[in-house]
Amino acid sequence: MTPDPLVLERHGLKPDEYQRIVDALKREPTLTELGIFSVMWSEHCSYKSSRVHLRTLPTTGPRVLQGPGENAGAVDIGDGLAAVFKIESHNHPSFIEPYQGAATGVGGIIRDIFTMGARPIALLNSLRFGSLDDPLVRRTFAGVVAGIAGYGNSIGIPTVGGEVGFDESYTGNPLVNVFCLGIAKAADIIKGVASGAGNAVYYVGAKTGRDGIHGATMASAEFDDKSAEKRPAVQVGDPFMEKLLLEACLEVMKTDALIGIQDMGAAGLTCSTSEMGSRGGAGVEIDVSLVPQRESGMTPYEIMLSESQERMLMVVKRGREAEVEQIFEKWDLHAVRVGEVTTDGKLRVKNRGEVVAEIPNGALTDEAPVYRRPMAEPAYLKEVQQLSFASLGKPAAPAEVFRRLLASPTIASKRWVYRQYDHMVRTNTLVMPGMGAGVVRVKGTNRALAMSVDCNGRFVYLDPFAGAQLAVAEAARNVACAGGVPIGATNCLNFGNPERPEIMWQFAKAVEGMGAACRALDIPITGGNVSLYNETEGRGVLPTPVLGVVGLIEEADTVVRRAFQAAGDVVIMLGDTRDELGGSEYLKVMHGLIRGVPPALDLGREAALHRVLIEGAATGMIRSAQDCSEGGFAVTLAECCIGTGLGADVEMPGVASVTPGLGDIATLFSESASRVIVSVVAGREADLLGLAAREGVSARRIGLVCGSRIRVAIDGRKVLDEPLNEAEQIWATAIERYLEPARAIA
Amino acid sequence: MKFAVVVFPGSNSDHDAQYAAERVLGQQAEFIWHKDTSLRGADAVILPGGFAHGDYLRTGAIARFSPIMDAVRKFAEAGGPVLGICNGFQVLLEAGMLPGAMLRNRGVKFVCEHVIVKVEQTDTPFTLACHPGQTLRIPIAHGEGNYYAEPDVIARLEKNRQIIFRYTNAAGVPTDESNPNGSVANIAGLCNERRNVVGLMPHPERACELAVGSADGLVVLESVVRAVKGGRGAFSEDTFDLMTSTRESVLGK
Repeated sequence: MTPDPLVLERHGLKPDEYQRIVDALKREPTLTELGIFSVMWSEHCSYKSSRVHLRTLPTTGPRVLQGPGENAGAVDIGDGLAAVFKIESHNHPSFIEPYQGAATGVGGIIRDIFTMGARPIALLNSLRFGSLDDPLVRRTFAGVVAGIAGYGNSIGIPTVGGEVGFDESYTGNPLVNVFCLGIAKAADIIKGVASGAGNAVYYVGAKTGRDGIHGATMASAEFDDKSAEKRPAVQVGDPFMEKLLLEACLEVMKTDALIGIQDMGAAGLTCSTSEMGSRGGAGVEIDVSLVPQRESGMTPYEIMLSESQERMLMVVKRGREAEVEQIFEKWDLHAVRVGEVTTDGKLRVKNRGEVVAEIPNGALTDEAPVYRRPMAEPAYLKEVQQLSFASLGKPAAPAEVFRRLLASPTIASKRWVYRQYDHMVRTNTLVMPGMGAGVVRVKGTNRALAMSVDCNGRFVYLDPFAGAQLAVAEAARNVACAGGVPIGATNCLNFGNPERPEIMWQFAKAVEGMGAACRALDIPITGGNVSLYNETEGRGVLPTPVLGVVGLIEEADTVVRRAFQAAGDVVIMLGDTRDELGGSEYLKVMHGLIRGVPPALDLGREAALHRVLIEGAATGMIRSAQDCSEGGFAVTLAECCIGTGLGADVEMPGVASVTPGLGDIATLFSESASRVIVSVVAGREADLLGLAAREGVSARRIGLVCGSRIRVAIDGRKVLDEPLNEAEQIWATAIERYLEPARAIA
Repeated sequence: MKFAVVVFPGSNSDHDAQYAAERVLGQQAEFIWHKDTSLRGADAVILPGGFAHGDYLRTGAIARFSPIMDAVRKFAEAGGPVLGICNGFQVLLEAGMLPGAMLRNRGVKFVCEHVIVKVEQTDTPFTLACHPGQTLRIPIAHGEGNYYAEPDVIARLEKNRQIIFRYTNAAGVPTDESNPNGSVANIAGLCNERRNVVGLMPHPERACELAVGSADGLVVLESVVRAVKGGRGAFSEDTFDLMTSTRESVLGK
C-alpha cells in the first residue's frame, strides 16, 4: 500500500524513509507507529544529518565520567564529585511563543541534569536576536528573557552568566541556548537505562495533554509565513511542578531503588521508552490507558507523541516500588506504574491491553537513518572574504568609534537582562553576571567551577572552520581568565537547513574546526545538541556553533574577575594585536558589513596563554583579567574600568595596517585572538612577565590603573581620552534605551 | 541554638538559610516540612524565600493553609522569634501575622540585585546586634515586593516603630531612586506589634560571606542567636531589656 503523500508530509517523512519503516517492521505501520517513527527519526531526535560529523569530536579524557549519549555529560572534579552539564537549544518554540518557548527550554535542560542524579546549581544562556530597532525583535527579546527568568527564578537555580548577541540574520530565528550544570556524587550518577525483565516502569509528574505534539518535528523544519499556526506545538511550562519533581527525584535517587530514569522531553513517552530500552538492551511495554491524562479522549498516538512538560519515566527495582511511591506522595506527586521491562528488545504500546504499536527499539534509535548529506562550499564565501577599506572612506575618529561600539547592544551591558534573573539563590555565585565568566563555588569543598558560553557567528559565517575554532578558544579563554582549568565542554550547533549543501558544508567545517580546537586545548566535549533548520523563507541564521566550557578552580578564593582592583596597579597586555578587522564589531557597527577573514588563531599560543592565566590566578599575581573579543582592545579596556570606577592610562604600540590611515583603528578595534588585559600589583609585574616569557606568551606593560578617565596613546600620540563615567553611562544604558526609553533617559 | 527552616513545596532559599545558620553561624538548623505540625523545639523559625505552591494564586496565599502554620502561629503568640524572608514575608502577610500586602514591582519585572537597606529599629530579635541607622548591602530577588498598606495602617506602623528596614541610598536616605519596587514609604521590612515576628523582602541569608558579594546580612541572623542566648524560651518584654544590654556589651555603646 502506498501511503497518502499528505500523511507523510505532515509527519516530516520522505517516501524512502517510509519504505525503511516497512522494511524494519516487515509490514505497514499503524498510524501510532508512523507517529512514533516520525518523531524518533526527526532531525531533532535522530541527529540524522549531523551524526556522521559529530562522531569526529573528541569526547574522552581522564576526567570524563560520562560522554555523549546520555541525558547529560559528566566530568570528575575531585573529592568524589562530578560536574554534570549540558547545553540545549529551544530556538524554534521561542520564536513562535517567546515566553513559554524559552521557559520550557530552561525546564528541559534542568531535567536533563537532575535525571543524572545531580543537584542543578547554575544556569547560563546564549541568546541571539535580530536588531533591537525592530519592534517584533524587541518583543521576542523581552519575552525570551522573561521566560527564562520566570522558570529559573521559580525553581531556584541561579542564572549566573551567558551571552546575548544581535544580528539581523536572527530576526525570524532567535537562538535560545540554555546551559545547566549540576553536582553529583561521581559514584551515584544515574543513567537512562531500562533493564531487568519484570521491573516496573513508572510515570511521574504532570499529566499528559495534547500540547507539543510533533514539537520535535516542528524543530526539524524551516519556518514560513504559516509558522504562527504552529503555536499549539509549543508546550507550556510549570516550574512549580518541576521543582517538586526535582526534589522528589533527588530524594528517590538517594534510596538506590532506581534502575534508570529519563525525562520526557522532545518526543515525550516515545523517546524515553525506546531510548531507555535501547540503552539497556531490553524491551519496554507500556499501556497508554494507564498514563495520567489531562484531557479526555486522547488517542494512543497523541499520548505517545505529547510533549507535555515536567514528566519523567523511571524503572524501579522489583520490591522497591512502595518506597518510591511513598516519596512521590510526600511531594504530592503520583508515581503511576504504566508498564514493565521485557526481554524482547521491543517498544510495545498497548491501549487497554490491545497492542497498538510494536517496534524494535533499535529501529527507532541506533538504526535510525543516518545521512551523509551533500556538501558544497557556499558561493558567498569567496566574495565576502574580500575586504577593501578603500571604498569605505576616511575612518571616523577613534573617540566616535569607541562610543558607538560601547552603545552596540552586542557589546553593551546586559544588566537589563540579568537583573531579571535570580543570580544569587543557592549562595554559590562568586562572580556576579557581567563581571566575567560565571563562577560558582562547590559547597563542601574549596573548589569552584567557572563556565562560559561563546560563539561569534560572524567569524563562523566568514570561515566556518576558523570561526568554530575561535569560539572554542574564546570560551576556554574566558574560563581561564577566572583561573579555571578547562576540563570539559558541551556544544550547541545552530545552523540553517541541512538539506542545502552549502549549509551542510558550513556545519561540517565548523564541527571539524571545533574538534581540532578542542583536541589542541585538551577539552573533551561530553554532549550537546544540534539545532538545524534555523531559517525563514530560505534565509538562514549566521552559523552559530556555541561552545560551553567548564573550568575547575582548585581554590575558590583565588577567582579572578574582570574589573581593575586598585589605582596604581600595573596594566599588562597579554598577546599580540594585529591588523585584523575582518568580521569585527567595528565593521558591523560603523559600516554595516560582515566581511573579510576572521582573526588568525594559533592554538599552541592560545593554550600557553591559558597556562599563564591559570597560574597567574592561582598564585595571586593576577588581580583582574578580561579577554579581548568584540570591540577589540579599546572596548576591553573600558570593560576593565567599568564596575570599580577606576580609570587607566596606557600606551599601545601601533599596528601597521595595509590600509593607509587605518593603523589607529586597527590598534584599538581589531579583534585579534588570544589577547587578555590583566592587572597586577606593582610588585608582581616582573613575576607575571617572567611567567609569560617562560610560556612563550608575549606580554607587555602598557600602563597603570589610575584616575577616572580612559586614556590611550599609540606610539606616544594620545588617541583616546574619555571620561569613564560617560563611557560607562553609554555602555550601561544602551539596551535599556531600546526596551524602556522613558526609564533609561530619566 | 536551633533554627527551624520551614520547607513549603516551592521554597527555594531553604538551603541558603540553613547554610547560613549552620555553616556560617555554627548553629543548628533543621528543615521542617510544611505538612509537619511541630517545630520540634526550635528556638527561632525562618520562613524562607521561594515560590511556595508556585505562587500561582497570590504569593503566599496557599502556604498559609499549610499544617505547620498553626505551630508557627502558636510559636509567635508565645513570643518566639519568627523571620519571614521574601516569600516567607509574603506568607506572613497572607497569614495575617503582619499587616499589609504585596503588589507587583512597579517596574513590572523581577529584580535581582544588591540594594541598601537601613535598619530603622534595633529592638527586635533580628536587629538587636545592629547599630541604629546602620545600612546593610543585601540582595533582593523578587517580582512582587511592592509593599502596600492603607495610609492608616502605615501611620500606625510608623507610630509603633514597626517599620524595621527601609530601602535607602548609600547615605541612609530613603529616596525614590533607592526604592527598587515601589514599596510605600520605602518599606523593606516590618515587625508585628509584639516585635517578635519580622518580615523583609531582601535576603540577609544570601549576604553572609564576602565571597558571595556581601556579609552584611549576617548581623540579622547573629541578632537572633544573641536574642535566644540572652533569654531562652518565650520572648517577653523583659528579654528586650536583656537583649539591649547584650547588644551593648557585645558592640559597645
